[in-house]
Amino acid sequence: MTAWVAREHHRFEAAGKPFVYLVPSAAIFALDDAADSVLRMLSTKPRTREELADVMTDHAALDAAIAELSRVQAIGIAAAPIPPTPKVIPLAPFPLTTMVLNVTNQCNLSCTYCYEYGEDKIVDTENGKQPKFMSEETARESVEFMLKESGANKVAHITFFGGETLLNFPVLRKTITYARQRAAEVGKDVDFSLTTNATLLKPEIIEFLAEERVGVTISIDGPKEVQDKFRVFQNGTGSYDLVAPKIKELLKRHRSRPIGARVTLTSGKMDVKRIYQHLTDEIGFWEVGFAPVTTSPNRAHAISDGGYDEMLGQFRDLAFEFLETTVAGRHHGFSNVKETLEELHKGVSKAFPCGAGLGLLGVATDGDVALCHRFAGSDSHKFGTVRDGVDRGAQQAFLEQHHIANKTDCSVCWARPLCSGGCYHEAHTRYGDTTHANLHYCNWIRGWTEVCLQVYGELSERNPAFLAQFDDEEMKELVS
Amino acid sequence: MNHLKPINKKAARIERATENDVVALQRTGLPQLPHFPVGCSLVFSPGWEADRTGGTAGLCQPVERDLFDCHIGCYWPAQVPDQLNHAPDWTAKCAAAQKDWRKIDLIFP
Repeated sequence: MTAWVAREHHRFEAAGKPFVYLVPSAAIFALDDAADSVLRMLSTKPRTREELADVMTDHAALDAAIAELSRVQAIGIAAAPIPPTPKVIPLAPFPLTTMVLNVTNQCNLSCTYCYEYGEDKIVDTENGKQPKFMSEETARESVEFMLKESGANKVAHITFFGGETLLNFPVLRKTITYARQRAAEVGKDVDFSLTTNATLLKPEIIEFLAEERVGVTISIDGPKEVQDKFRVFQNGTGSYDLVAPKIKELLKRHRSRPIGARVTLTSGKMDVKRIYQHLTDEIGFWEVGFAPVTTSPNRAHAISDGGYDEMLGQFRDLAFEFLETTVAGRHHGFSNVKETLEELHKGVSKAFPCGAGLGLLGVATDGDVALCHRFAGSDSHKFGTVRDGVDRGAQQAFLEQHHIANKTDCSVCWARPLCSGGCYHEAHTRYGDTTHANLHYCNWIRGWTEVCLQVYGELSERNPAFLAQFDDEEMKELVS
Repeated sequence: MNHLKPINKKAARIERATENDVVALQRTGLPQLPHFPVGCSLVFSPGWEADRTGGTAGLCQPVERDLFDCHIGCYWPAQVPDQLNHAPDWTAKCAAAQKDWRKIDLIFP
């Protein structure tokens, strides 16, 4: 007699109802009682239809539930082999969507946790071979590189990064003008964004950023006592008092794009809700995103296992605040939850943790092309130069090595469609190996994904219109 | 589907993609959407009597597909060379079965 068994899935509850997240398809289904009972019974051990029928009295519902669950591959025949994860490497040349330009590797702050300057740095910013500032010529070559490598894409995104980007404002400004002109000549649009610590903002710069519709992300850690702990000048003085009024000025004048804050979370006292409330209500940011610090585990500011648990608890509180605000039809700027909701809504199932090395590449000050901005200037994972183009061999080898099918640690994890092993740079810093899965935050990823699934399930019941904003055009076509 | 409700976009796509999977060829009067038979019924393991949906519609396969499915993934005794010992290069010229199947030559023991 054929025995059925549950296939890889994650069951969760939201709005008092059972749901299932399927792995690796990343589909989310709501279950009725019959389907839920069948799935739960088959999760513990394989059972035949007759064994299930002994427990479930409504046999018509049982058979229909078995048929539907097997149709979506939530359950399968116990004896049938599970197909291996297909290892499909995207076809080259993969069009470039985002180029991150490290216009300088210098910074006027000395944040003690910084991966560019701190103890875990991978790029020699003092005596390395790279110039400290990107020249106008290299920036122009980078623009040409971007336009060429973006292939058939109509829009190219350029993100300025550093170091502190505004230290090289003259080149940044000229690059934007040049890129707009060149993009127009080849019939493309180009979109700009930058990350800055806000210390060098001044009226002319703010005016320029607003005029040119440059997306701005501010690195800031929260209220004064939090910000001044790590985000300090070389002499140790905190930066809060300098940046807060400048940021308020920027938020007042620059209305053409939503402006977000990017918070680095460290060990020590973590108060996500207080940081969020300060940055939105008191400073005026539209969105706030949080990221745990990237560091090797022995550093004092590294987040410990207990720290991840604490962070998860605080993220959960803020995520449910997001939920209630959204259900009430108001804006909430907790961007971490929004990003994950979008991926859940689309059913993203990733072969690679991020777009680095695919649609995103970093460019170092000398024009070397890197896996991403965090590797720009480092010799590991160099993918050519803006002058010679992408080194397709290196790129292909990288993708071959970093595919999720290679990450045996991840093969049993239900959260892998979203996580796919996590950040390459984080793995490089923790384990000295970009192919390594970030095992130190698995529980955190699963916990956070569970929270987002609950929020997603609740929204699907209580405010489905909110989720419709994530339908992209392709999807709308498919649905209609 | 009555017991599962697709919530996200991927779930909706799966529902659509599996909607018309089973189309008995003898049924008439219904819109006949493209039917892609799934080859060897290994997943349901009854052999060749039924396809993976339990139907009989998908059993007639193009020969190149038949050959390939048997030789790669199936325990079913098939008329294919012993690729492990005797003819390791049998499919060397056949990178994509649907395109290169003609390049698979006969093997004489």
